[in-house]
Amino acid sequence: MNTEQTPPGRHGLTVRMTGPAAKPAPPPSGDAPASSRLRKEDLKKRFRWDEFLAEKLITAVAFASLATIALIFVFVFREAFPIFFPEEQQETVVVQEKEETYGEEYLGSGTAALVQGKERLQSVESAGSEGEASLENLLSVTWQPVSGDPKYGVIPLVIGSLKVTFLSIGIAAPVAILAALFISSFAPKWSREILKPAIEILAGFPSVVIGFFALVTMASFLQDLFGYQYRLNAFVGGVAMSLAVIPIVFTVAEDALAAVPHYMTEASLALGATRWQTALFVRLPAATPGVFAAVLLGFGRAFGETMIVLMATGNAALISLSFLEPVRTMSATIGAEMAEVVFGDTHYTVLFLLGSILFIFTFTLNAVAEVFIRQRLLKRFRGA
Amino acid sequence: MGLTAVAALSIVAVVVVVMGVIVAGAWDVLSWEFLTGVPREGMTEGGIFPAIVGTALLVMIMSVAGVPVGTVTAIYLSEYASVSSVLGRGIRFAVNTLAGVPAIVFGLFGLGFFVQFVGSGMDQLISGGAELKWAQPNILWASMTMALLTLPVVIVSVEEAMKTVPQDLRAASLALGATKWQTIWKIVLPNSMTGILTGGILAVSRGAGEVAPILFTGAAYFLPHLPGSLADQFMELGYHVYIMSTQSTNVDATKGIQYATTLVLLLLTFLLNFSAMFFRSRIRARQRS
Repeated sequence: MNTEQTPPGRHGLTVRMTGPAAKPAPPPSGDAPASSRLRKEDLKKRFRWDEFLAEKLITAVAFASLATIALIFVFVFREAFPIFFPEEQQETVVVQEKEETYGEEYLGSGTAALVQGKERLQSVESAGSEGEASLENLLSVTWQPVSGDPKYGVIPLVIGSLKVTFLSIGIAAPVAILAALFISSFAPKWSREILKPAIEILAGFPSVVIGFFALVTMASFLQDLFGYQYRLNAFVGGVAMSLAVIPIVFTVAEDALAAVPHYMTEASLALGATRWQTALFVRLPAATPGVFAAVLLGFGRAFGETMIVLMATGNAALISLSFLEPVRTMSATIGAEMAEVVFGDTHYTVLFLLGSILFIFTFTLNAVAEVFIRQRLLKRFRGA
Repeated sequence: MGLTAVAALSIVAVVVVVMGVIVAGAWDVLSWEFLTGVPREGMTEGGIFPAIVGTALLVMIMSVAGVPVGTVTAIYLSEYASVSSVLGRGIRFAVNTLAGVPAIVFGLFGLGFFVQFVGSGMDQLISGGAELKWAQPNILWASMTMALLTLPVVIVSVEEAMKTVPQDLRAASLALGATKWQTIWKIVLPNSMTGILTGGILAVSRGAGEVAPILFTGAAYFLPHLPGSLADQFMELGYHVYIMSTQSTNVDATKGIQYATTLVLLLLTFLLNFSAMFFRSRIRARQRS
């Protein structure tokens, strides 16, 4: 066997004498010429520039991904940070050269000048009367950021978000869990082929489509059905949101129910329980961590959803016990007001604060849900 | 037991009803002229061609920005990162977290970072702050925001596909003397193409449907011409539906157009999702064999 190194080509595979399988028996020392004796360096992985570069570049790109993702979190929190350090912000308020680019060509330059003039006036106003985003202001019950005395009470917004979210979970969780029970315990084979694609289709609906449907069709239908005063309110928003939440809860719950070990079901049936008793008292309790995680994930999605609430809830920052009055959620507030806010001023900071709250909330929910899912998986692998 | 059947049935019924209502509302308006024409008469007539073009441009730029980065990151996670590596675990954690962030927070980031920070930085570099070109919402920033939004989808899809390539294949390649990168480039990647495609399609589907991130990073309601450069704004299907149904001056006259635009968006999403599902089932089938 040839113990010399064949020079590797630039492309293509080459057979190289590296690795234990290729190592011939060591030649008797002293007899063989030096060039054919196997050196220790020949067994080490040979350094190749293209390999080195490939690995470093790929690692760099991966690191850049991580850095960018981290940047999102850092940036959102950083922009909300000035809340805690109110300072004189007159100098950052004015960006009068900012042209209204859309609509200008359509409306004509005269209107553009008018719009610019209006902006100048607004920024002068807000420079003079910077509403402080003090803790007292933030915890007040009025959200009126565009006024002579800006009020940044986030309480109505938080209550609005919670109202819509709870209502949507209240509708979606039972329906989705029951449907998941149906598929995992009772459904004949053919119905699975209908229900699963239907859920996938529902999951694929963009939220703006659901919001649109709620706005034009569902709102009128529900108002005719129940006869309440405000056409767009928390109730309509909650019902519409449940359409978006059902696929999430269903998927995770069905996954949890399918993971229940077969022997439990069979033992229960063998002991004489009916299918319904088995499903409700054996399978569902066994799948509780996963089902709980499903509800948490649905909750997180509903809390952060923007388009549906923006279109279907009426967008009025009111506080009331009734579900039949309009509400404004935190996400809708960001969506509606971000376009008109001046970079760097208090309103801008408060909106970023809302975004930070949204982010922390959904992150916590997702983390807790993942703990539950992983616990269940670990238990299953351990055989419990 | 009947209760669960009722629940399941009601879900199917809801899907059918929603689709039916939208199709019924769009029936009269949908036509070839609608898809290729431009809006006229203050949006009460005409077509949505600019919105279709805007949406297509958005997802194209988004894919160019996001799919390669996501694929390379997935290669790192699947091939180079050891189980205990800090970077690997950090990336997985970050990807999982990012997947749960509400879309509107991406819009906030896009506005505060891309438009205000990067944009004004670019303006400073190019014209010393005199000309306001990049520090405004435009299609570039909107696409970058969307690329970030869909990055987790791409990473997860590609990594899933790369995991289905059998270890034996990699071991055989290495045993024949190929280097690690040669193995990845010539063996693993070609066999993961379906997964990369699936990831790209899912990202595009999500990108075409999400409106919240582009609300204030670049979408506009009426533009007299198509976007000519990366610094232009653009019309978009979902944004169009939103504005038209909530803020247009003549909501009733545009009802049909609203329904038809919604239907176009819905059909586009379905097409993309179904093709992604098709490719994904092919990956699973290969995994099982």
